[in-house]
Amino acid sequence: MKKIRLMEVCGTHTMAIAKAGIKKLLPSGIELVSGPGCPVCVTAQGDIDRAIEISRFDNVIMTTFGDMMRVPGTKESLDDMRGKGHDVRLVYSCRDALNIARYNTGKKVVFMGVGFETTSPTVAATVIEAEKKGIRNFFVLSDFKLIFPALEIMAKSEKPAIDGFICPGHVSVITGSMPYEKIAAKYGKPCVIAGFETADILKSIIRLTDLIKRREYSVVTEYKRAVKRSGNRKAQKILNSVFEKSDTTWRGLGMIGKSGLRLKNEYRRFDAGGEFRVKIPRTKRRIACICGDILKGAKSPVECKLFGKACTPRKPVGPCMVSSEGTCAACYKYEK
Amino acid sequence: MCLATPAKITEIKGKGALVDFGGIRKRISLGILDGVKKGDYVLVHTGFAIGKVTAPEAEDTLKTLEELKKVLR
Amino acid sequence: MGERITLAHGNGGKLMHELVDRLRIKFSNKILDEMSDAAELCVQKSKIAFSTDSYVVKPLFFPGGDIGKLAVFGTVNDISMKGARPLFISLSLIIEEGLGISLLDRIMTSVREASRRARVQVVTGDIKVVERASADKIFINTSGIGLIINTKRRIGSKAEKGDLIVINGKIAEHGMAVINAREKLGFISGIKSDCTNLNVQAERCIKASKRISVMRDLTRGGLATALCEIASFSNLGIELYEKNIPIKGNVRRMCDMLGFDPLYVANEGKFVCFVDKKDASKVKRGMGKSAAIIGEVVSSHKKEVYLKTVIDAGRILQMPVYDQLPRIC
Repeated sequence: MKKIRLMEVCGTHTMAIAKAGIKKLLPSGIELVSGPGCPVCVTAQGDIDRAIEISRFDNVIMTTFGDMMRVPGTKESLDDMRGKGHDVRLVYSCRDALNIARYNTGKKVVFMGVGFETTSPTVAATVIEAEKKGIRNFFVLSDFKLIFPALEIMAKSEKPAIDGFICPGHVSVITGSMPYEKIAAKYGKPCVIAGFETADILKSIIRLTDLIKRREYSVVTEYKRAVKRSGNRKAQKILNSVFEKSDTTWRGLGMIGKSGLRLKNEYRRFDAGGEFRVKIPRTKRRIACICGDILKGAKSPVECKLFGKACTPRKPVGPCMVSSEGTCAACYKYEK
Repeated sequence: MCLATPAKITEIKGKGALVDFGGIRKRISLGILDGVKKGDYVLVHTGFAIGKVTAPEAEDTLKTLEELKKVLR
Repeated sequence: MGERITLAHGNGGKLMHELVDRLRIKFSNKILDEMSDAAELCVQKSKIAFSTDSYVVKPLFFPGGDIGKLAVFGTVNDISMKGARPLFISLSLIIEEGLGISLLDRIMTSVREASRRARVQVVTGDIKVVERASADKIFINTSGIGLIINTKRRIGSKAEKGDLIVINGKIAEHGMAVINAREKLGFISGIKSDCTNLNVQAERCIKASKRISVMRDLTRGGLATALCEIASFSNLGIELYEKNIPIKGNVRRMCDMLGFDPLYVANEGKFVCFVDKKDASKVKRGMGKSAAIIGEVVSSHKKEVYLKTVIDAGRILQMPVYDQLPRIC
């Protein structure tokens, strides 16, 4: 029988699968590959370099999620900048960054925003709050990504073809299940929206393989307790009122059209990219790194010459080793 | 790609709420979610309620897990 | 520019072990090379355990404890893990100029109460004051000595095949209490540090069984890091049962929310005992109500810690490189 290849799009699923040891339970006919849904992995080196350059200004407090602190740009990470005495702070919520701005009016507070459709509406809401409260020393570096353009690339990819997708539950809470319908129908790839507990993931794998066997190219929500077809309309509205789509570069995948978000004209004054003109070094890519193929599910970490040798969680070369939820890091941590 | 945890709304004040994650409480924002009331369960991501949940947990019991494992084999 | 010291060189993980090793070989001797938390010395036929440790914590006061309590119990526990009864400690303070005297008094009151509780005496001490910004408020060093309790079997750093692993209670409380206070995450959790002295419990274990091979307190790096060290030093494997590892519901939840693995979160009042199968339940009784048997020493998985997950699949627990940071993904 032909092997069935499923892609878990979301990095949090990758971690949950590795943590519970789910791959070891699967029959040999089912293969799980990890997708591009890890913001830390796909944030371009140049975008990190820009945040680093901005953090060098004396009057700047750079803030970001803990996820981004140790991700290396071309040379250094934000955590390295903190170690050198620059004011770099970890926040749990974008609103924490706004609060820092309120209490440090003499400083410019920059929030480096990464993430997908789950996270960007919270930042949009915070920008609106800053506008209403007249907080003028708060800026956003928008490195957000949209998952659907990337998902479409995965669905199109022939070498090797993915048979079906385990779709990110929490992105879907915002977007709803509707956007997957086009992808499922157009490319003949069933999609199952999954929750994050072990039972959720197992159920979704069973459901997805069943759909594939029956050639039913539909979208099924296994995470019914949280996901509706139309999603969270208010969050979508807030997102679209503050941000607009833009072309953006993904680490490992390159430029993808209309897959990023930038602040709309009305909110441009919150744009850290406009506030701070910085020169960023050109990024070099290590030739031997196959992260692009790993992100597309075409190759597995152990096929990479650098894996576990030149590239480890301590000295990551490519994006998939950078984040603890990256394919290579999860593989190194849990399966090596 | 996004951690979100279910919590019960115990108090609503303007655009904010106090929620309970099974013994841990935190103030969160209701800025991007409409139509919730005290007693509802919501998913919380980076200090925001992002959506309602009808049941706080999956049936992650050992029994369901065993059954799922059998189906897989 | 040469390599520099980073925070990861002090977090109990891989980089710290490399640094410790690099320094250790400069002084290499039989006692030091055993690499246990306390050195075992023989002074005129008496067997003595000797240990030293420095304490830095932010914030100085956190739910369930403070730097004074940590400084006493930390050294007391290191000595106790060697099978010794702690007796005397030293107290050395490095203070940043500007520290409030009343704050210092509060810390010292805590030191006094902790030493009473652990039945040790502070018998010598020192104070240094450094310029503002040359230290962060106060750093404390304590050293201590204890008398090794006579047993037939020496308690060392090497586990033996077939040993069962017993833990004295629920994990990850100290780390989660401190991070909530330090990062001002705003969780109203009621989670308190488990910071406590282990000498009484440890002595009970030693009296309950003569077949204990290793005792280890679980501090920085948590349960997983301590077990990785023991597996590697013993040249054996450890199999750990996820189901049996005790953890409070709210601690697990907070870990889930921040993306932390509780197995790697710090404790300050937990220890594990490696003991022959025959005596495991006796030792467990000595370790109190919340004690649990969580694993076994095996000859497979050499030098590795293998976690059997709830669904009976497995994964290897690695020695960590970095401390965990709150994540959104």
